[in-house]
Amino acid sequence: MSNTPHTPLVEMRDISISFGGIKAVDHVTVDLCPGEVVGLLGHNGAGKSTLIKCLSGAYKADSGQILINGEKVDINSPRDARALNIETIYQTLALADNLDAASNLFLGRELVNAFGFVDESKMEAETRKIMARLNPNFRKFNVPVSALSGGQRQSVAIARAVYFNARILIMDEPTAALGPHETQMVAELIQELKAQGLGIFLIEHDIHNVMKLCDRACVMKNGQLVGTVKVDAVTDDDLLGMIIMGKKPAKAA
Amino acid sequence: MTDTGQVATAPAPKRGIIDTLELDVRLLGMLVAFAAIALVFTIWTGGTFVSPRNVFNISVQAVPVAIMACGMVFVIVARQIDLSVGSMLAMCSAVMAMSQATWLPSLMGLEYGSPVILVVTILLGFAVGTGMGAITGWLVGYQRIPSFIVTLGGLFVWRNINWYTTNGQSVSLTDPHLLMFGGTEGVLGAPVSMVLGVAASVAAVAGLLSARRNKQSHGFIVKPAWAEGVMMAMVVGAIMLFVTWLSRYPVPEAKLKRLFEARGEVMPEGFSAMHGLPISVIILIVVAVGMTITARKTRLGRYIFAMGGNPDAAELSGINTRALTVKIFALMGFLCGLAALVAQARLQSHGNDIGMLEELRVIAAAVIGGTALAGGVGTIYGAVLGALIMQSLQSGMAMVGVDTPFQNVVVGLVLIIAVWVDIIYRKRMGLTK
Repeated sequence: MSNTPHTPLVEMRDISISFGGIKAVDHVTVDLCPGEVVGLLGHNGAGKSTLIKCLSGAYKADSGQILINGEKVDINSPRDARALNIETIYQTLALADNLDAASNLFLGRELVNAFGFVDESKMEAETRKIMARLNPNFRKFNVPVSALSGGQRQSVAIARAVYFNARILIMDEPTAALGPHETQMVAELIQELKAQGLGIFLIEHDIHNVMKLCDRACVMKNGQLVGTVKVDAVTDDDLLGMIIMGKKPAKAA
Repeated sequence: MTDTGQVATAPAPKRGIIDTLELDVRLLGMLVAFAAIALVFTIWTGGTFVSPRNVFNISVQAVPVAIMACGMVFVIVARQIDLSVGSMLAMCSAVMAMSQATWLPSLMGLEYGSPVILVVTILLGFAVGTGMGAITGWLVGYQRIPSFIVTLGGLFVWRNINWYTTNGQSVSLTDPHLLMFGGTEGVLGAPVSMVLGVAASVAAVAGLLSARRNKQSHGFIVKPAWAEGVMMAMVVGAIMLFVTWLSRYPVPEAKLKRLFEARGEVMPEGFSAMHGLPISVIILIVVAVGMTITARKTRLGRYIFAMGGNPDAAELSGINTRALTVKIFALMGFLCGLAALVAQARLQSHGNDIGMLEELRVIAAAVIGGTALAGGVGTIYGAVLGALIMQSLQSGMAMVGVDTPFQNVVVGLVLIIAVWVDIIYRKRMGLTK
């Protein structure tokens, strides 16, 4: 599908998964190259999130293969995905509201000292460093994240993905709950990460964001892949047509 | 990138004394309530309430509930509940009583009073407790049966297997080594207690200092030196006051005479000895410190709190929440075994109704101590303090002649009021969403 010369960073081949007889994802194939942003579009319930959860380890595909750098991998849990440097920013952000930013950032991967005890001060220091880069105005290090604004919570979730040297980043509507300023911040961050050679899957409803941020777009409808197009080669209306009617524009590849 | 200089510029405007000391307001509230109860009963009883003897008794009586309350904090923080702890205590106690009084002496041919019997008995009791808890945890974690149902069932099941195990008969326990775990029969004496008190004070100060140094090394603001000093003085003062007080409770002369006679000696004229710290209280302190370290400093503890805050987030962070559930309930079961050891040693027997309704006291202690039933929030020291508050109330009311039914009414009301006050406080502070 892609004409780039690299071996794709991620290939999800012929993925299917069904829940109680309903095919949530039906023989879908997508791929992602280093330094590329691939948008996943479609209505609610089109299967975007479900497809991507097979990659992040939250679900296990009924059939199909996942290849990372051309090698077949088995992803059975979020832990497996993390071990493959796949990081996910969920729409719900998946933060434990009762814990502070540092505890959330390192959740499941706590820094420990020589005795195996969690090193809170070191985790907080590391959190301060990465937040200084991502969101310099962030100050609330010692309060539960329930006390943070939407944008601040988002930056904690993003910091968690970025801190651990992700190669593959999955973002599920990262700007849905954000104001214009914060949306711009996320957009800049995506550009920066892309320049560093990460591959990013971006689930997005806003066509304008897709046109602005993505290199390619995969459109899904009723669990099936309508098509994958280069964003430069299509118009907003083409994409809308794919999403709403499930019709692939004739001129696009 | 390494922007730690920013930390120093973080705004630190006018702070009250409580903020400066970084005291937990909830803890402060409990301490005030505790002090108020003690003050009222002290005046009412003309000072008997705070006599070394009564402080000793309250401490010893509170131990089993306090030990179990430590485990209940983890259970409730993880958004679960365990209604079966009283029955699990009875089951552990039944197995331990039968094994030391009947099974081991007759089946294994071990001599009565042999230390092997006690060691095997205790290990058996812990194993039974941990096993019962693990079964609960498996049903809740892997089979997804609500813990309310599993442990409500367990309340009946374990209580009645206990009954069956002992045929409903009381088992009298006389092994002096066992009775050491109960309270008055196992005390460390004044000199050892004072040494321990000093050691604990030194450890507490060292802990506070090392936490401070660790924070400083990462460039964080620490509270002013005087505030740290006040904190240290308060902690050391509390430890030393408690130890000194218990070291002023004399062992009755008649009992000392018996002890000397048992060794074939004659008690010297004017000899006296003090109780000092009971072993059961030492056990509670070890449990409470261990559980606090687990909660704050280990991955296990962090995962429990994360799971209580947001189970989905915990799962997506790669935490095996099912296995974690088993561990939480198994730990609860183990602590029931430990509480059973202390309870039966204090009562010097196993009765069919041992631990009856204890689940309610344990849950009440945890909740009075600030553990939120919605999950994610709770402290071990709060639960221990909660157990102490309830025991003080009950003991104080008994001393001033309140009838048992009314004692229980008051304990029930205190539970409701404690949660009510907490809700009002949280609303005022805008902590609720």
